Amino acid sequence: MSRIGVFVCHCGTNLASVVDVEKVAAAARELPGVSYAAEYKYMCSEPGQQMILDAIAEHGLKRIVIASCSPRMHETTFRKMLKKSGVNEYLLEIANIREQVSWVHTDSGVATEKAVDLVRMAVAKVAKDEPLKASSIPITKRALVVGGGIAGIQAALDIADAGHEVWLLEREPSIGGRMVMLDKTFPTLDCSACISTPKMVDMSAHPNIKLLTSCEVAAVRGYIGNFTVTIRQKAKYVNQDICTGCGNCEEKCPVKVKSDFNKGLSDRPAIYRLFPQAVPAKPVIDRAHCLKLTKDRCGLCEKVCPLGCIDYADEDREYDETFGAVVLATGYGLCDWTAMYDEYGAGRFADVIDGLAFERLVNASGPTEGHIVRPSDGAEPKTVVLVKCVGSRDPKKGKPWCSRACCMYAAKHAHQILEKIPGARVFVFYIDVRTPGKNYEEFYDQTRKDGAVYVRGRVSRIYKEGGRLICQGEDSLLGKQVRVAADLVVLETAMEPAAGARETAALFGASADANGWLQEAHPKLRPVETQAGGVFLAGTCQGPKDIPDTVAQASGAAAKAIGLLNKDEMETSPMIVAVDEAKCSGCGACVDICPFGALSLEILTAREGRWERAERFVCKVNAGLCQGCGACTVACRTGAIDLRGFRNVQILEEIDALWT
Amino acid sequence: MDVANRTNTAAGGEPKILAFCCNWCTYTGADLAGLNRMKYPANVRVVRVPCSGRVNPQFILRAFARGADGVVVCGCHPGDCHYATGNFFTRRRFMLMRGLLEFNGIDPRRFHARWISGSEAAKFRDFVSEVCAIVKGLGHE
Repeated sequence: MSRIGVFVCHCGTNLASVVDVEKVAAAARELPGVSYAAEYKYMCSEPGQQMILDAIAEHGLKRIVIASCSPRMHETTFRKMLKKSGVNEYLLEIANIREQVSWVHTDSGVATEKAVDLVRMAVAKVAKDEPLKASSIPITKRALVVGGGIAGIQAALDIADAGHEVWLLEREPSIGGRMVMLDKTFPTLDCSACISTPKMVDMSAHPNIKLLTSCEVAAVRGYIGNFTVTIRQKAKYVNQDICTGCGNCEEKCPVKVKSDFNKGLSDRPAIYRLFPQAVPAKPVIDRAHCLKLTKDRCGLCEKVCPLGCIDYADEDREYDETFGAVVLATGYGLCDWTAMYDEYGAGRFADVIDGLAFERLVNASGPTEGHIVRPSDGAEPKTVVLVKCVGSRDPKKGKPWCSRACCMYAAKHAHQILEKIPGARVFVFYIDVRTPGKNYEEFYDQTRKDGAVYVRGRVSRIYKEGGRLICQGEDSLLGKQVRVAADLVVLETAMEPAAGARETAALFGASADANGWLQEAHPKLRPVETQAGGVFLAGTCQGPKDIPDTVAQASGAAAKAIGLLNKDEMETSPMIVAVDEAKCSGCGACVDICPFGALSLEILTAREGRWERAERFVCKVNAGLCQGCGACTVACRTGAIDLRGFRNVQILEEIDALWT
Repeated sequence: MDVANRTNTAAGGEPKILAFCCNWCTYTGADLAGLNRMKYPANVRVVRVPCSGRVNPQFILRAFARGADGVVVCGCHPGDCHYATGNFFTRRRFMLMRGLLEFNGIDPRRFHARWISGSEAAKFRDFVSEVCAIVKGLGHE
């Protein structure tokens, strides 16, 4: 007798409202090997677990099936529970009758029939389960943070303060990300640079943090606890060890390139630092624009450098490092409205700018030293139109999401214009005003009291008339077309996932959703974890958010990484392959298939007598390398290699159970 | 193997489709379909496997032999495999499998493979619905 116990969960009403749970339990009692079946409101709760433990003791149950939510949700919960019971925690199967039945089917009869089928499959499988024991591997006590914006900075500082080594990798020549581009931050109006640059300096001075700028992740091998990451260090052409950041080279460089950091509102040389407070505070050469590197002319920077730091022969190089935990903080980009909004001039009008360009205009360390002026003629604008939801909440443009921060930064822009330009008029075109955050609604309210005019509607067209920009749109509260003649138009454009974020995440085994935001393991209960163990999410890479939420999530991700790094060893899944040496013919087909190099052929002495010695090849499994994919089992001609927990016989029993 | 006569559709009932879903992508995508309360036909029964590369052709033949009206194999997108290369094997096996099924007298339209990631809940719903419609259309051979 298998002495199988089946426990059917109601999940409150999640399951029981569609599936006839009593009928499922009754059907389970009739299945071969089942000696006990019961149902209960919440199996995962403490009384639910106690009920299972009591039933195990009372009925001498040897194997357990739980019909409940997805095994991805509570398999570990129930395994932990079984550890207290004396039943091996791997003699457990979960029938997923919530995500696969009650939540996706409405007809109770059909759903109950399917639930019984799934329980029947689980019972058939559990009957062939074997007791397994987890082994452990050492953890590399070092974290990698990918992305040096405020999320990455916060996560790195938290992990480093907890006493662990952290490497922070940033693809730009300086850390700081988007936050250092901003002027003031809502709703408190504290200066963005004043609160973020001290953190950047803390970072560079922290004994546990190693800063890698102009770097990218080229490749990743390994898993949670031990990721081997190939880091690509892009050539900087300036010896960073000697350079003091004196700035002679930047002054003398004859090249003028539009500054990305200033959103094209000013120029920078080809040898440059991203912004004056850059960390590290040392210049790099932009190889695409340097005359020496492109045309072998000039060479001025080399001549003026007092320390001989310039190295035109510098090359990109790659090297491998191992990390135990990874925090992805790849951030966001602004959507390129010029490619999407022909009706707004598609970039033809110099005085139609995006919100980030406005941040640079109004920033004291920006190209105009904080004077709000029209980019076209440098005149002070008297009427400014702010257009919200440009690229956000616009399914027709392929961006259905709300960018969350725009309502508030638009209010902040309105406030700043009204404050800095006496007599200015500000019109804000909006669909809805969303201000969910502490003191946000109050800030928005104050902006309206200060004189900002909110017009409910989308701007349908922007065109030029007599040197002014006419913004035409419907005021949907009045039900009328309105036209506003503006001197400056600021488009509060959508956040979108940073370029390359999806690809970088994929290297670590993490995925992105349909819109390209990185996917959390569970939208509510595991918001900073990914499906890839040991890979955590911080900040806007996971979805649009403002600075407080970003920082909070970064600390959450850091806590997860610290929790992992605090362990010396990590349990590994015992669900790996095992070889039946008696059956193995030593053909080696499995060895070629294994992507992890976990299988090898070794010599087995089959027989040893006085005059004879029979040797043959057999396959050996390296338990530390095997990840349990089971690809080799299909290639094995003799059926000698099998995957524990998903053995051939178990899957065949599952199939057979459906048609008995 | 007189498979067609054993199918549920032949008996006038609802067809049963067996779906092998990899734990990391499609099983997660199916869970997400549940979380989003998407509706799809109840004809599908999912077998969770660690990787689509774990699916032995023998499993598929067994399912048809026992009376499955359709079998699907789902995994991560090529290049996104949790185990790096597992779904490449699946892809190659799939091509051979269709020929083998035809040789055994099973309509290859009863067998499908699709790459569905953990975030593609709608794709899972659509695929299941699509295969269900195809299998219902095939009915009794």
